Amino acid sequence: MTATDYRLIDSTLRDGSHAISHQYYADDVIRIVAGLDAAGVQVIEIAHGDGLGGSSFNYGFSAVPEKELIAQACQTAQRAQIACLMLPGIGLADDLREVRELGVSVARIAVHCTEADITEQHIKVAKDLGMEAIGFLMMAHMNSPEGLVEQALLLQSYGADTVYIADSAGAMTVEDVRRRVNALVNALDVPLGVHAHNNLSMAVANSIAAYEEGAKNLDGTSAGLGAGAGNCPTEILAAVSTKYGIETGVDPLALMDVAEDVVRPIMPRQQVIDRAGLLLGYAGVYGSFLLHAERAAERYGVPTSEILLELGRRQVVGGQEDMIIDVALELARQHAEQEVTS
Amino acid sequence: MTLRCAIVGSGNIGTDLMIKMLRSDKLELGALVGIDPDSEGLARARTLGVEASHEGPDWVLSHADDFDVVFDATSAYVHVRYHKKYAEAGITAVDLTPAARGPKVIAAVNLTEHLDAANINMVTCGGQATTPMAYAVRRAVDRLPYCEMVSTVSSKSAGPGTRQNIDEFTKTTSTALREIGGAEQSKAIIILNPAEPPIIMRNTVFGALPEGTDHDAVLESVYDMEKAVASYVPGYRLKNQPVIEEGPYNTPGGVVPHRVVILLEVEGAGDYLPTYAGNLDIMTAAALRVGEAIADHREGLPA
Repeated sequence: MTATDYRLIDSTLRDGSHAISHQYYADDVIRIVAGLDAAGVQVIEIAHGDGLGGSSFNYGFSAVPEKELIAQACQTAQRAQIACLMLPGIGLADDLREVRELGVSVARIAVHCTEADITEQHIKVAKDLGMEAIGFLMMAHMNSPEGLVEQALLLQSYGADTVYIADSAGAMTVEDVRRRVNALVNALDVPLGVHAHNNLSMAVANSIAAYEEGAKNLDGTSAGLGAGAGNCPTEILAAVSTKYGIETGVDPLALMDVAEDVVRPIMPRQQVIDRAGLLLGYAGVYGSFLLHAERAAERYGVPTSEILLELGRRQVVGGQEDMIIDVALELARQHAEQEVTS
Repeated sequence: MTLRCAIVGSGNIGTDLMIKMLRSDKLELGALVGIDPDSEGLARARTLGVEASHEGPDWVLSHADDFDVVFDATSAYVHVRYHKKYAEAGITAVDLTPAARGPKVIAAVNLTEHLDAANINMVTCGGQATTPMAYAVRRAVDRLPYCEMVSTVSSKSAGPGTRQNIDEFTKTTSTALREIGGAEQSKAIIILNPAEPPIIMRNTVFGALPEGTDHDAVLESVYDMEKAVASYVPGYRLKNQPVIEEGPYNTPGGVVPHRVVILLEVEGAGDYLPTYAGNLDIMTAAALRVGEAIADHREGLPA
């Protein structure tokens, strides 16, 4: 493989899972992995959207058990490494052991950006299994550059080979990204990565800015399929990188074909930045809450936007999807009380 | 007769339990035992006139004749190392770690089932908060094919023991949902939330309701259980009314047409940590309840 300026990790089969309510089938996996692999993508991530073990009432049940899909991905990939994401508290170290057996070689251990110390057990298990361990700090807009450095150093001390920050709410501006990446690159011995979302229409710009500040790993999903208004679209990132003269090792035209011919046809709706999507970024709310909030809004007759704004006020973090029902019930009660008094 | 008790572990849980135990007329607290002579918990013990030792579990073993019951508030790996030694020394152990060596007891469900056991496991804070609701749903239906709990605690109230053993927390809690709650399949999730001011402990229970379930009976059973738990944890309450949502849901226990969603809050009594730390209270209040039940049982009284 020729040297590349950054490593591209595609998360269509993990973060994209949110946007299709975790209804991937084996045929989708085969076609997406084959397409990304042929286009030269170095790492392909696959799991339930909320990571290994995420299939649940709280996050939505997978149509097909994720380990069957992961096995399929490992069998399909010719060159690409297969990665899995897991959140301590949702998935288990045992899940890492199982997927290692299936052929997964990269473990991304994800955690809210202030709670790195719950990952020690899982990073060490991943390392003991001979996997690359990536420590993945979510909702990075909620912590300062200095705070992130402190957390990232913990991940590094547990043995993480790479540290990521994720703009899970798509809430960061270019300047927010630059300050964080700069501080982290200066403080860490291991490479840094950035996972961007598009709620403020900044995903590609933020990813390029991260690269310019020294990030060596970038995430995307095909056609931007993903939580909230979607992820950084892999094919656009590749195209823009080429225009900048950044060597990616991937073929932008092949990625455009995957997005257009494989992924768009299975998307229940195109990734647009509508009011709810924009509000996620504006209020700093975890992107994967979007579809759950829309369902609760419909069920309890309250506006999605009010639910999202209240979740932002409560400073909920990734994983607290149950609070969407809680907020919807409270809003419905408040609305009923207002009708009585007015 | 009062039971002579020692608490091992002078962190948040042990110290909170100490304060509660000093109010009990059935349990006599002999000592709080830690390993750090400068710990805040041991200092608090001295202030309250409780004997404080920093010589760890071995101190209790060397004073075995002085104690009937030891409450272990250390961590799972310490309990694994000492549970046999307590049993050999004739001291009943009430285990507040997720070590799960003895039978599990959820105070609102199976309080009196294991009062003669040498070792009783208190599951987890989330388990004490949610297993009663799994059981409440189960007793109102023919089958509970699947049950799931989500526990969110403030970052400040999650100590190093919880943080280093998060898999043990979810596994032990999930097992309790099946073994004591009566679910056929289960899942447990824990989330830490760093918001300031700290959030009050939240727990959500989802129960899979098969075709033909009497929904009103489920809701009534949930309200009854709220009262039962609140009788020993005053800050335990339904944050919103329990709701039945329409699926279908493709659960690990099979496809079901409905689910019940039970949204709980546990506000602490503020004995040691502030009131947001309901996760401490529900554990220490349940352990105290078990200790008092053992005292009654040994005296021949019904618990």
